[in-house]
Amino acid sequence: MAKIQGWCAGLLLVFCAQAQALDAGLVGRLMTGDSDEKSQAITELVVSGDPAVAPLLQAFADGDLQASGSRALITSGGRIVDAVTAEVLPALPDDHEDLVVNNRMRRELADALAVLKLLSTERADRLSAARTLVNGADDAMLPLVKKALAAEQDSEIRGLLEGVAASMEIRTGDTAQRMAAIIKLGEAGGSNAKKLLLPLTVKNADGTWAEPDGDLRAAAASSLRSIESRLAWGERVGLVFAGLSLGSILLIAALGLAITYGLMGVINMAHGELMMIGAYATYVVQSLFRTHLPAWFDWYPLLAVPVAFVTAALVGMLLERLVIRFLYGRPLETLLATWGISLMLIQCVRSLFGAQNVQVENPAFMSGGVALMSNLVLPWNRIIIIGFALVVLGAVSLTLTRTRLGLFVRGVTQNRTMASCVGVATARIDTWAFGLGSGIAGLAGCGLSQIGNVGPELGQGYIVDSFMVVVLGGVGQLAGTVYAALGLGFANKLLEAWSGAVLAKIAVLVFIIVFIQRRPQGLFALKGRSLDA
Amino acid sequence: MQRRHLLKALTFTVSAALMGTAAQESLAQAKTVKVGVLHSLSGTMAISETVLKDVALMAFDEINAKGGVMGYKIEPVVVDPASNWPLFAEKARQLLTQDKVAATFGCWTSVSRKSVLPVYEELNGLLFYPVQYEGEELSKNVFYTGAAPNQQAIPAVEYLMSKEGGAAKRWVLLGTDYVYPRTTNKILRSFLHSKGVDDKDIDEVYTPFGHSDYQTIVGNIKKFAAGGKTAVVSTINGDSNVPFYKELGNQGLKATDVPVVAFSVGEEELRGVDTKPLVGHLAAWNYFMSVKNPENDAFKAKWAAYAKAKKLPGADKPLTNDPMEATYIGIYMWKQAVEKAKTFDIDKVIAAVGGQTFKAPSGFTAMMDPKNHHLHKPVFIGEVMANGQFNVVWKTKGPVKAQPWSPFIPGNDKKKDEPDGKSAT
Repeated sequence: MAKIQGWCAGLLLVFCAQAQALDAGLVGRLMTGDSDEKSQAITELVVSGDPAVAPLLQAFADGDLQASGSRALITSGGRIVDAVTAEVLPALPDDHEDLVVNNRMRRELADALAVLKLLSTERADRLSAARTLVNGADDAMLPLVKKALAAEQDSEIRGLLEGVAASMEIRTGDTAQRMAAIIKLGEAGGSNAKKLLLPLTVKNADGTWAEPDGDLRAAAASSLRSIESRLAWGERVGLVFAGLSLGSILLIAALGLAITYGLMGVINMAHGELMMIGAYATYVVQSLFRTHLPAWFDWYPLLAVPVAFVTAALVGMLLERLVIRFLYGRPLETLLATWGISLMLIQCVRSLFGAQNVQVENPAFMSGGVALMSNLVLPWNRIIIIGFALVVLGAVSLTLTRTRLGLFVRGVTQNRTMASCVGVATARIDTWAFGLGSGIAGLAGCGLSQIGNVGPELGQGYIVDSFMVVVLGGVGQLAGTVYAALGLGFANKLLEAWSGAVLAKIAVLVFIIVFIQRRPQGLFALKGRSLDA
Repeated sequence: MQRRHLLKALTFTVSAALMGTAAQESLAQAKTVKVGVLHSLSGTMAISETVLKDVALMAFDEINAKGGVMGYKIEPVVVDPASNWPLFAEKARQLLTQDKVAATFGCWTSVSRKSVLPVYEELNGLLFYPVQYEGEELSKNVFYTGAAPNQQAIPAVEYLMSKEGGAAKRWVLLGTDYVYPRTTNKILRSFLHSKGVDDKDIDEVYTPFGHSDYQTIVGNIKKFAAGGKTAVVSTINGDSNVPFYKELGNQGLKATDVPVVAFSVGEEELRGVDTKPLVGHLAAWNYFMSVKNPENDAFKAKWAAYAKAKKLPGADKPLTNDPMEATYIGIYMWKQAVEKAKTFDIDKVIAAVGGQTFKAPSGFTAMMDPKNHHLHKPVFIGEVMANGQFNVVWKTKGPVKAQPWSPFIPGNDKKKDEPDGKSAT
């Protein structure tokens, strides 16, 4: 009987807790208080454990909360609901005002909502909540984190939560707890843990230690050392990735030029503008998807790639037919003519699209990055560009070595007279080869639109780099271009980490000048008599 | 002989007839006054400066429609110095000697202002400069309607130091490599010293103009931020901002962890950026498009209508920004000063500009300081919202007097808060 009575009382309690509305006083402080009072109110609301807190704080974080005096009105979903009384209002009262959400509020709301989600039944929710809390949260929320930790079964989330609890206990716990927290952070923590441990190892202005307990200080110092050696690895991997990424960008920008200049010998100053045309083609495809196929917007690169290739290739072939073929063998005139063409192309694009940069939005899957270590996030757009450069490189080398067109191109560039004698239509091959080189420039533009600005002057920024890569690699074949691009990428990033961006750029240019003086034929030179012809 | 007489007579009649028509024409037209507009309409700065030319033309149209200045219609002379600093000086000389303009509205970068300054001083011209800058300059011939460091940079850093702004302890000063960021960072470093920040907690980084690969720099900011609560002060100029903010978003550096406050990023610069990952990063200005008051509503409506009527690029999403507001204020202050002086004479107008007030779109009454040629302006700090606008999170109670000679640069305390040679006029 007593048992049943207990059950009933328990049920009643649960019922009461649910029926009980939010504390109007607390909500009032949330509405009208200054930032300190607001953050206090948020903490108390979370600790109260009321299920109505989550929607209220979510509305606050999303900017869907209006204050009317001390009343909180949630305006999400097209309805206006009083957060305390759940009364639905027909219209906003005249005295309503927006609640300002600044960075501090945003952080505290994110922490509070994460703590509330720690008990969610969805694993993904709990995982993202635990990740949000790596910096720890308000001290008052520690019991809630501990409760979640006790209930948690998943090992990954447990690991994260132990870190969260440690980062809170390091400030508030007793000596034993703090020691355990310091060791825990040393085992698993990243840059956030470093931030928490550092204050324990410094001296105050008056020469005393900030942390009076010597054992804790020593433990903190050793934890810091292990964290720092872990972080150093993240930095090294990040540096290698940055070099690879820059190298892949240089490679894709120079690949088209490796054909038009490297193989055909045309000093094509309009190469950069062909890239710009590819980027604008991407922009046009993106805009068409946005207006006509918004549901498929994320897939626009699939269409943008061929469109950019074909547009730039057509422009390139037109150039070759109308201008460049009259100038073969006259490098100075070619240089001047293509430079003039590049200015014309820039002005054309300016008149068509305006002088301002246009906005090419990344598809959703190219935003953000993959977190490898606590201090290392590899952005998706850079990973995809590296892959894209490899694919284009593979396609180009297959085209040149395995197809009939490639065979003819190589034949014509190696010995034009002989190729013509055995029946190759050299003039037409020139047009196709130039089209191929231009198309690849278009692909480069499509790729660059995902990481940089798209404007009429886009090509100007890459033309020097492209020539640098091709000349350094050795005119005449692809392998040198690949090595030169990656080499320059790594060299630039290593120097930048060491001396800053401005000096790194100068150092790389000086290196290239010296190198070309010593070895004018570049890294790899074709050997043979045909080149002299 | 006969023939020569005939020729003479002919020349005389023709020239007389020409002169006659010219005189008639000027009689038929209303009286006009020429005013110069000196903004880059091509080259790298076109992105920012083109709208300033447009907003100036809009203000002239508006004044002309209401009867002009003292009955004189404004006749704008628009020249294009093409983001080429020496060409700025050449075009300025042309405006002053050939067109004899009564005033010039122009320049954006400090380099271009430094380039035209000797021309305006030599020929005694009048220039209104509408962009925030590094201070350290005062000229009798220039009125600065943008912010001085104490009206933008210093309050922004103070805000980030406060508990509300995140209580930052370590600072990354990141800028494009030229005079404005270098001088501003010099002032900020000395200001931070005065607040007890050590040199080891300040990291100063520069990139070349048009830099587009911010991987290493964002990586270094992360590394630096592991040593304590960090804020970034960005004086990056021009379109380098787009790849910088993209890299920030993609590498997951959120405003709640490391806030970035920018001094050269406004509504127009964010037009080409996906702002969703940037929510919470900050900018400091004296005006934001999102400011709510009747003057701003009217200003925005006028601009939207003008952009639509003239079919300006981007008219489908008309944006206003701080330098546009400063240009607009400058034009009206010049008009009021001319009307007060009752002449277009440069020296008398210069004497009359000081003390002029104007109800500005910022919602405050901007006043030209009677002495130092700078405006008293309010300071706003805004956080980027998902729609590319700014949400004002802090502002001054009222307009702040400019300190062109920052007290944080040694030796400035002895400098006069008034341009040389002015009291003589």
